[in-house]
Amino acid sequence: MERGVVKGMTKPEYEWTWKELPVGNVILEPGNASQYRTGDWKTLKPILNKELCVHCGLCYIYCPDMAYHLDEEGYFIADLFYCKGCGICSKECPTGAISMVLEEEK
Amino acid sequence: MEVSIAAAEAVKQCNVDVISAYPITPQTHIVEKLSELVANGELDAEFFCVESEHSALSVCVGAAAAGARAFTCTSSQGLALMSEITYIASGLRLPMLMILANRTLSAPLSIWNDHSDAMMIRDCGWIQFFVENGQEVYDHVFISYRLGEDRSVLFPVIINMDGFILSHVIEPIELIEQEKIDQFLPPYQPLYRLHPDRPITMGAYALPSIFAETKKAQEVALRSSMPKILEVWKAFGEMTGRYYSPIETYKTEEAETLLVTMGSFGETASVAVDQMRKEGRSVGLVKIRLWRPFPFEAFKKATLHAKQLVVIDRAISVGACGPVASEIKAALYGEPVRPFIYNFVAGISGRDVAPSDFIKMVDKAEVEIEEGNREGFEIYGVRE
Repeated sequence: MERGVVKGMTKPEYEWTWKELPVGNVILEPGNASQYRTGDWKTLKPILNKELCVHCGLCYIYCPDMAYHLDEEGYFIADLFYCKGCGICSKECPTGAISMVLEEEK
Repeated sequence: MEVSIAAAEAVKQCNVDVISAYPITPQTHIVEKLSELVANGELDAEFFCVESEHSALSVCVGAAAAGARAFTCTSSQGLALMSEITYIASGLRLPMLMILANRTLSAPLSIWNDHSDAMMIRDCGWIQFFVENGQEVYDHVFISYRLGEDRSVLFPVIINMDGFILSHVIEPIELIEQEKIDQFLPPYQPLYRLHPDRPITMGAYALPSIFAETKKAQEVALRSSMPKILEVWKAFGEMTGRYYSPIETYKTEEAETLLVTMGSFGETASVAVDQMRKEGRSVGLVKIRLWRPFPFEAFKKATLHAKQLVVIDRAISVGACGPVASEIKAALYGEPVRPFIYNFVAGISGRDVAPSDFIKMVDKAEVEIEEGNREGFEIYGVRE
């Protein structure tokens, strides 16, 4: 599913008027939590040093937000749309390949 | 028939699916009777014996979300423990019925009647009735389900009935034939419900970007339920001959002084009004039956001609005044000409208030207002 465009979703939540909301604010589309950008909560972001990475996948396993995915080269990469910057991946990485850096420091 | 037993009988006649409650005085007889009706097979419902009132209302929320007709019943500290869930039930727009046998909140610990429990959750977003006698309790069970479940309403409903004063008295109560009830109250057809065939989410987190829109939708919906409330009362009146209104007046024509009461005070106060009228005094009575949504227009219509209102509260907002009085002051503030208001808090923790007490309160208020006391507030009958 393409991120940010869930089938059936007409517009983001900040565009809904009070008259348009379903009664009781129920959510009628299953699975639209995937549109929720938790990535803007973070102050630190994970940076992978590919030279140290042993492809063990512990970052992927431990990530509480399932933000990690396997890329075409076989590296596990955090999707910053979801990553909250908790740093668990960095803590668990057995080779110290993931460092947490301030997000502003691009 | 004891009023609590009549209330249980009405709940049975509504053919509820789920009853969930935790025992607390003076609500007990209602749920005791219901558990008996379920146990002996007279009522086909799930009776949940939960471990607390918090769970009692949570079960009702879950049941209503799944599309069931749910009932609970509590008092005082029990309501305090439920209070968190009251806001959730209304925010999710889940119809259900709670009978609140009004009882004083501790401390000091008291089992007797006043409205402090109801006032604690005044702003919880339920439709809230205050009834005056046993017949009104019985009747409002049917009225509440039909109203709350209406697609244009979808709100939980509270029937406030004075603990002991109503819950434990024996009154002649006219019961309604089951066929009539079945016609008056169709089976509950939820707008949304939790069902695996069509998954939806209820009670999700709302960001600040959408919370205010949600609250406004709820606020407008509760306010807009007024015509439906009147319509359901009218339909009930046509069925039974018993007509109800949000504000009831008694001998208010051209009355200079109006007593304003809510709940079972109304019947006693009407005796006092009869007596005062016999003595040639210009006194009438206004009874508030619908507390939320507050019937501003009906209240103004009933009171604006009067010179003064003597508002009797059965609860106190410590550090302010009686909650009914503050509501009424706010309701009348926009009027260029409005009656003076003298506020008594009386009958808290079940202290008896006799007709003679209402007369004394009117006497006192008339004198005080005459002497220029326009902000009158006192707790009546306190030993100095």
